[in-house]
Amino acid sequence: MTKYKKPSRNFITYAAVILAFLICQLALSGMIDGFKMSRSLKGQLIPICVYIVMAVSLNLTVGISGELSLGHAGFMSVGAFSGILISQYLLHAFPEADLELVRLIVALGFGGLMAGVAGVLIGIPVLRLRGDYLAIVTLAFGEIIRNLINCIYFSVEGRGLNFSFLDPNLPGTMLINGPMGATGIKKLATFEAGFLLVMFTLIVVLNLINSRSGRAIMAIRDNRIAAESVGINVTKYRMLAFVVSAALAGMAGALYGLNYSTIQAVKFKFDTSILVLVFVVLGGIGNIRGSIIAATVLTVLPEMLRQFGTYRMLIYAVVLIVVMLASNNPTLSSMINSFTGKFRKNSEKEGDKA
Amino acid sequence: MIQFLSYLLNGISLGSVYAIIALGYSMVYGIAKMLNFAHGDVIMIGAYMSFCAIQYWNLPPILAILLAIVVCTVLGIVIERMAYKPLRKATSLSVLITAIGVSWFLQNIALLIWGANPKSYQSLVGFSALTLFDGQLHITGESIVTIAANIIIMIALTLFTGKTKMGKAMRAVSEDKGAAELMGINVNATISMTFAIGSGLAAIAGVLLCSAYPVLMPTTGSMPGIKAFTAAVFGGIGSIPGALIGGILLGVIEILGKAYVSTELGDALVFAVLIIVLLVKPTGLLGKKIHEKV
Amino acid sequence: MTQKYQRIPTKMVPAPSHGILPERDVMERPVLETRNLGIDFGGLRAVEDFNLVIGKTEIAGLIGPNGAGKTTVFNLLTKVYQPTMGTVLINGRDTHGMNTVQANKLGIARTFQNIRLFGNMTVEDNVRIGLHNQISYSTASGILRLPAFWKGERAQHERALDLLSIFDMQDLAGHQAGSLPYGAQRRLEIVRALATNPSLLLLDEPAAGMNPHETEELMANIAKIRDKFKIAILLIEHDMNLVMGICEGICVLNYGRIIAKGTPEDIQNNPVVIEAYLGKKKEEA
Repeated sequence: MTKYKKPSRNFITYAAVILAFLICQLALSGMIDGFKMSRSLKGQLIPICVYIVMAVSLNLTVGISGELSLGHAGFMSVGAFSGILISQYLLHAFPEADLELVRLIVALGFGGLMAGVAGVLIGIPVLRLRGDYLAIVTLAFGEIIRNLINCIYFSVEGRGLNFSFLDPNLPGTMLINGPMGATGIKKLATFEAGFLLVMFTLIVVLNLINSRSGRAIMAIRDNRIAAESVGINVTKYRMLAFVVSAALAGMAGALYGLNYSTIQAVKFKFDTSILVLVFVVLGGIGNIRGSIIAATVLTVLPEMLRQFGTYRMLIYAVVLIVVMLASNNPTLSSMINSFTGKFRKNSEKEGDKA
Repeated sequence: MIQFLSYLLNGISLGSVYAIIALGYSMVYGIAKMLNFAHGDVIMIGAYMSFCAIQYWNLPPILAILLAIVVCTVLGIVIERMAYKPLRKATSLSVLITAIGVSWFLQNIALLIWGANPKSYQSLVGFSALTLFDGQLHITGESIVTIAANIIIMIALTLFTGKTKMGKAMRAVSEDKGAAELMGINVNATISMTFAIGSGLAAIAGVLLCSAYPVLMPTTGSMPGIKAFTAAVFGGIGSIPGALIGGILLGVIEILGKAYVSTELGDALVFAVLIIVLLVKPTGLLGKKIHEKV
Repeated sequence: MTQKYQRIPTKMVPAPSHGILPERDVMERPVLETRNLGIDFGGLRAVEDFNLVIGKTEIAGLIGPNGAGKTTVFNLLTKVYQPTMGTVLINGRDTHGMNTVQANKLGIARTFQNIRLFGNMTVEDNVRIGLHNQISYSTASGILRLPAFWKGERAQHERALDLLSIFDMQDLAGHQAGSLPYGAQRRLEIVRALATNPSLLLLDEPAAGMNPHETEELMANIAKIRDKFKIAILLIEHDMNLVMGICEGICVLNYGRIIAKGTPEDIQNNPVVIEAYLGKKKEEA
């Protein structure tokens, strides 16, 4: 008899994240001697959390659901701008209320909600396609979202919210100003909020994967026809993964947006989608812990390479190519396999995939 | 009306550039089943090479173009050998990420050599503009050359893939790699050849693109690259006439959209049309239908 | 532990509508009834005038030379393909316009000629996926780990092991499905299909790649499944020992048309069938 499903590996993931957060907190408070965080690294803490959430949520689409999405930054931007919009509106409309935490939570929730809605709207057409065609359409949607945000104008006047499409002339204080983006944002993001968002994302994604719905999603990925033959509603579960992934990206976007005083839609270009995809692939397709590590390392790496000046992005590119070549090299991977063979056998017995 | 004609011609001209780039994408996808994201950056390298040839080495335009073609062809072969060939059996996602790595690599090499500041590209087209309808319709020399080049390339490639031994080998490999190998076709050489042709075409596209839109930066190739890729998918990836139709339609939609709808929304319109086409015909306008056997 | 399966010839009687049924099933509603079922692929008529009735607890065989359209019939019954003509009734319900998922919910489950397991998942998870609609709880209770989740998971686990025990596979529950030997993969596919609680089980070449001993065992197990779950089974098979040894009614397909129907004894002596399999004098087998 096999033992009842054990979630132990997930707890390792949670524990590692919590531990990393505590170490960062200690380092920030300067309680550990000789382990001080540089200024630039401090500035990276919130983006790291954001990118972890982005990578984990994209892994849900790419790794667990098996759909190559090249437009994840699109959902991030929907979340960022809707989060900023509601937070800034509340700030201007109710200036007497001093509720930063409420505004942050509302912004994250609203950002996630709007990105989720965008996920449904985009998912309906996109999920009718497969493979590379699906990839190119997600790319197209990402670019469309960016273009549309460049045409959107919002202003606040007293407690009223004005909106226009393409017409920059609005009365009151501009909140979102077309191609100029959102300006005068009151910064609300904190490292603690980032950490909690990471934990929230992990709980949602890991619990989803290790449940009936998660198995249905993976069944569709592995063999769509077989999944249909046992009565799994393919559209429903592909959509579920896509929308949950979009909503989480939206929350990450909202946190990201509220970390800066100004932000433009250009920030969420196709390149950002690609960057997050790189995190997912390097961390291991379908490997949530890998996504976390890759997002962290690859966000910090360019900062660490700063001493190389203009060469740093070149080095980054070379590292990426070399890692991809090495990880797909049969002789090398068989060497690694024989090295880790014992370990692998043990983990296979656990029969868990997350 | 004249105004519309002029936009239309601009669109066809831009679309011709897209079509030439799309060919490279389409051929490589057809044969290696990979999205070569670095293709757009090969265009940029081609443009820089011709720029240097003219500005610094004072070569005549023809030599400058030839130099760009040679450099890009070699570059294409080198990229394929170094980065893609070892990944022949890897997942398509690994290959995609590697292609992205190559794309970043090329962009950053260009950044190191030529700097981030945009260079103003001097058109290599010697023709003066053609003026019709009492000076109301103005067709630039660049447009004429681009459209002509596009037509020549399309005809040449169609003949090449249809009549020559190498061309037939390419079609065989893109149909079934294993069977082609069993028939004695050198698959690796064929794939290298495809990259060489695609990259050579990218150099031509780079020269034409920058002659018409004379801003040259390390990221010059990326957006046209993506749009050309869209064009290839739009027309039906793997198909030469598909790339032509897709490219030209895309160029026309983009220019007309920017002129009549909104400058901001031109790109959005392009992508929206792509999505609609794919929903109606999931493998593009001229793409083949794929059936899954149960 | 399994003995050689010994078939007791079933008395087949004419069905109320058309075709024949085992005598014990005559008073029950047939699990499957097709009327003039057919499909065109382009100009090619792959299957036509396919009329078949299967009794509530019948084990039926669908045989025919390669390319006769047997798997196409399965794809029509499970709505992978939409028929161009005719109707499929499952438990008396017209499946017109339904998809595979709806057909499965009506009570039809299948295995595949080329095995389609979820190879990267464990054996148990494969069965649990089959239990998707049988033991369910909402996505939200899964994410929030509500009591419904724990209850559902435990029930799925127990039911999965229970089903695996039909083939004595409960000890393999934690193994990766793709790493199982071929015969075990075929058996797992049957268990997964059974997990959806079907009233008609379609088996597409269940004995393919099995050795004679395994085939013997499979025959016994097919009969056991029918007796235990009181369901009907329709199987495509090339192994005539299996078909003749276990099926009660047999339907022979050639070039998309039924050329013979009857008991194993009828079929074995039918000259049309012999001709279809062995060809006329000059043609090759």
